[in-house]
Amino acid sequence: MKPASALPAALKDALIAAAVSAAIFIPLVALRTDVGPTGALTLRTRWPEAALLVGLVFLGRLALVLWTGRRGLRASTAPGPWTQRLQQAGRLAAPAFLALALVLPAIPGVDRYWLDLGILVLTYVMLGWGLNIVVGLAGLLDLGYVAFYAVGAYSYALLAQEFGLSFWVCLPLAGLFAAFWGVLLGFPVLRLRGDYLAIVTLAFGEIIRVVLINWVSLTGGPNGISGIPRPSFFGLPFSMAGGEGTFAGFFGLEPSPSHRVIFLYYLILGLALLTNWVTIRLRRQPLGRAWEALREDEIACRALGINVTTTKLSAFALGAMFGGFAGAFFATRQAFVSPESFTFIESAIILAIVVLGGLGSQIGVAVAALVLIGGTEVFRDLQEWRMLVFGGAMVLIMVLRPRGLVGTRTPSIALGKKRAIGGDLVGEGRG
Amino acid sequence: MTPPILEVQRLTMRFGGLTAVSSVTFAAGQGQITALIGPNGAGKTTLFNCVTGFYRPSEGVIRLHKRGVAPTELQRLPGYRIARAGVARTFQNIRLFPGMTALENLLIAQHGRLMAATGWGIGAVLGLSRYPAAEREGVERAKRWLSATNLMDRADDPAGALPYGQQRRLEIARAMCTEPALLCLDEPAAGLNPRESDELARLLLDIRQEGTSILLIEHDMGVVMRISDRVVVLDHGVLIADGSPAEVRGNAKVIAAYLGEDEEEVSA
Amino acid sequence: MAYALQQLINGISLGMIYGLIAVGYTMVYGIIGMINFAHGDVFMIGAFLSLIGLVLLSMGGVMGGPAALILVLLVSVALTGLYGWAIERIAYRPLRGSFRLAPLISAIGLSIVLQNFVQVSQGARVKPMETLVRGGIEVMREDGFVVQLAYTQMLIIGVTLAVLAVFTVLVTRTPLGRAMRACEQDRKMASLLGIDTDKTISLTFVIGAALAAVAGTMYLLRYGVIDFYIGFLAGVKAFTAAVLGGIGSLPGAVLGGLLIGLIETFWSAYFSVQYKDVAAFSILVLTLIFLPTGLLGRQEVEKV
Repeated sequence: MKPASALPAALKDALIAAAVSAAIFIPLVALRTDVGPTGALTLRTRWPEAALLVGLVFLGRLALVLWTGRRGLRASTAPGPWTQRLQQAGRLAAPAFLALALVLPAIPGVDRYWLDLGILVLTYVMLGWGLNIVVGLAGLLDLGYVAFYAVGAYSYALLAQEFGLSFWVCLPLAGLFAAFWGVLLGFPVLRLRGDYLAIVTLAFGEIIRVVLINWVSLTGGPNGISGIPRPSFFGLPFSMAGGEGTFAGFFGLEPSPSHRVIFLYYLILGLALLTNWVTIRLRRQPLGRAWEALREDEIACRALGINVTTTKLSAFALGAMFGGFAGAFFATRQAFVSPESFTFIESAIILAIVVLGGLGSQIGVAVAALVLIGGTEVFRDLQEWRMLVFGGAMVLIMVLRPRGLVGTRTPSIALGKKRAIGGDLVGEGRG
Repeated sequence: MTPPILEVQRLTMRFGGLTAVSSVTFAAGQGQITALIGPNGAGKTTLFNCVTGFYRPSEGVIRLHKRGVAPTELQRLPGYRIARAGVARTFQNIRLFPGMTALENLLIAQHGRLMAATGWGIGAVLGLSRYPAAEREGVERAKRWLSATNLMDRADDPAGALPYGQQRRLEIARAMCTEPALLCLDEPAAGLNPRESDELARLLLDIRQEGTSILLIEHDMGVVMRISDRVVVLDHGVLIADGSPAEVRGNAKVIAAYLGEDEEEVSA
Repeated sequence: MAYALQQLINGISLGMIYGLIAVGYTMVYGIIGMINFAHGDVFMIGAFLSLIGLVLLSMGGVMGGPAALILVLLVSVALTGLYGWAIERIAYRPLRGSFRLAPLISAIGLSIVLQNFVQVSQGARVKPMETLVRGGIEVMREDGFVVQLAYTQMLIIGVTLAVLAVFTVLVTRTPLGRAMRACEQDRKMASLLGIDTDKTISLTFVIGAALAAVAGTMYLLRYGVIDFYIGFLAGVKAFTAAVLGGIGSLPGAVLGGLLIGLIETFWSAYFSVQYKDVAAFSILVLTLIFLPTGLLGRQEVEKV
């Protein structure tokens, strides 16, 4: 289409888009309902806002159509500049990220805020890596991953509080509990496929949350559990009082609240790296290869003598275990857990990190967690707009890059040089 | 006299009211190539799926006589155990792992053996087990089959990117990596050009030479008549002939079954 | 007895709402083989649009009245249908024929957008609406317990049946319905035969959204309180209903909706209100495990 004739067509297209968006936006944006002083609903008009939105849609659509032609945005699975750069830089980027993560607390100017943000991002990196085992490698669509995060957090909280066990005893126990639940929930549902599995795992996530809310005698109900013991440095508590037997006292340091934050930071970094290390090791071994083979073709796996059920369960249980570790960490960091932290939206965010990063790609997941979690934290001032932007970003990235940021797969073994495999060949799993 | 590798006795498979295979009895000889032929809808693939554990037969016995072990009744095993018992298969519509390299495909076929060497996963993660040696051995076995199927230079290419004929060969190589006593092939020559069919026939004869028995479904009568030691003919779920290629070719029932459909192919 | 009868009435009227939403899930699933994750939020949008319409009318001095209700319902249905169209255009069409997880994530993203859009534009607080349709008829009286069939319940049952009747005619008797069923069977073949599959899929989303808008309006009239989050639970339960009835089956969706409504109501009445959602979800899990094709679904044979 020549530019001369493209403009009227684009204008028409943009006008249609504007008309649709007017119909969509005007009632909800321009007519704001509020509860009035009498308790009845009143209406307040906000025409400028609605007009602004419609105008933005018009201009946005016009620019888009003129830029890309009438097809609009096209999904692309081909390795774009993004992917290639990430891949090329991958060998350098991963160690660079790691080095940055390791020295972050020592960088001048990095204060408590940045460390807390680092802890938050790393928690999601770990959750993403854990879920990546289930969704990215084994191709099992799990929409209830937050259930295991919750099991880990509550197991830790209860074990630490009721039995007074130390962090280093509770942590593995919380992971084991979560893995146990993974097996328990996984066993009956893992023969379901695709979307069915997704919806059942979602239902399990909700069941666990509802039970947490209502089993008041054990979980404290909606109020949650507070006063969870903070972690100690291998028996040395972090205390502002200092003195004999505390962390600061033992190492002869000035007592400071940042000691604990730095400790927590390294703790979650270690846990995340453990997840990464185990995943990378397993991927190069029969179990990990069997997971990926399951994702590619379950029937062929059966014909080759792979026990599909136990292989799926192992992925589910391992993913759940890392979710449980992350949950235990969450509990000890917050010193407080409540059902509110474990809603479906958490599962959706973790899944989004995995899919947006690129299924099966460790570096992609880490970058996606950094962008999504770090990004939305930086935009904290947007407050309630934050999730709106978050959801919009999810849609946009998916439409532009359905395979995620890193859409290619690296072979686990090669006779010669390992060459990345294009995303269009890699399976996505049926169950 | 050695027992046959596979004995199928009075095998019946019903789907609801439909009887796809009805009381079929035959045996596949040890170290032989047995072909299973018949017009479309004769029940070949159903029978095949029963033997390879994808369907559980309604009635009948499928017995595998692997050398040196007690006979196994395949119909009693869960699907994934069939391969471990010594039966490997390929699929009519190739089922490789397309996003994994040819080499990875062949290593997955050795899952059971390699997995055992990892100490059930945990040992190998910690680097404690005999896994590296086992993996080297697995890679050697994979290389042997890659060169046998003439795919050595494609080892590191994703299976999904290989041309059709190479995918067929890779699937056979993958099945052979499970070290089966009986190799079941579902239309291995479908979609191959004459030169590729010739290569395939040679490959199958080599496999037989090494002591693996073969059961195959095939429509390409040229291939069937050339390499089979024995031909079993099904029609409408019933066995109508069983004998050497020459016997089957002259069988009046077989000719009648194919009449009007694949007549020329039978006489070819 | 009387108590049980009352629960039956309540369960049926609730189940009708679930059924209406479930039809939208099952239609979309039938035609593109994917769960429309934003469908629950479409229901919520429908409820909000009706709420705004009713408040607008009441400020203009028009209170209740059948004509006003019908007007609001029609406007809400039309606008919500537009939302359905937009969802398909934004989150599904660009990803058609692509990686299967991608539209799932984009739909979840859109669901987050819709929820937060309403939260931002209409506020996070719950919206209580004054009751427009009051009273009902007394069905029976037993030991001082009055079984009542509220007018809103009659409205729900009547409107749902009418809408479903129109909808059934649409699917079974019109060219559009034929095109939809053809796309469901084999989209490529349908498009080779000259059916505009893009348009058919768009219309499927629009019709599904329109039914959800009816459900949203009914919900608003019956329960009178809505917020931006009602779509999630209602959506999951309606999906459960669709699965229970057999996904892809339209009568199944309604049947499943009724069953879920009844189970939830009776569970709350006789066991515990807190765990009613657990009951609904457990039904989902059990159905999928023991009856994967649902009550009225087609059996699928695994092809090797």
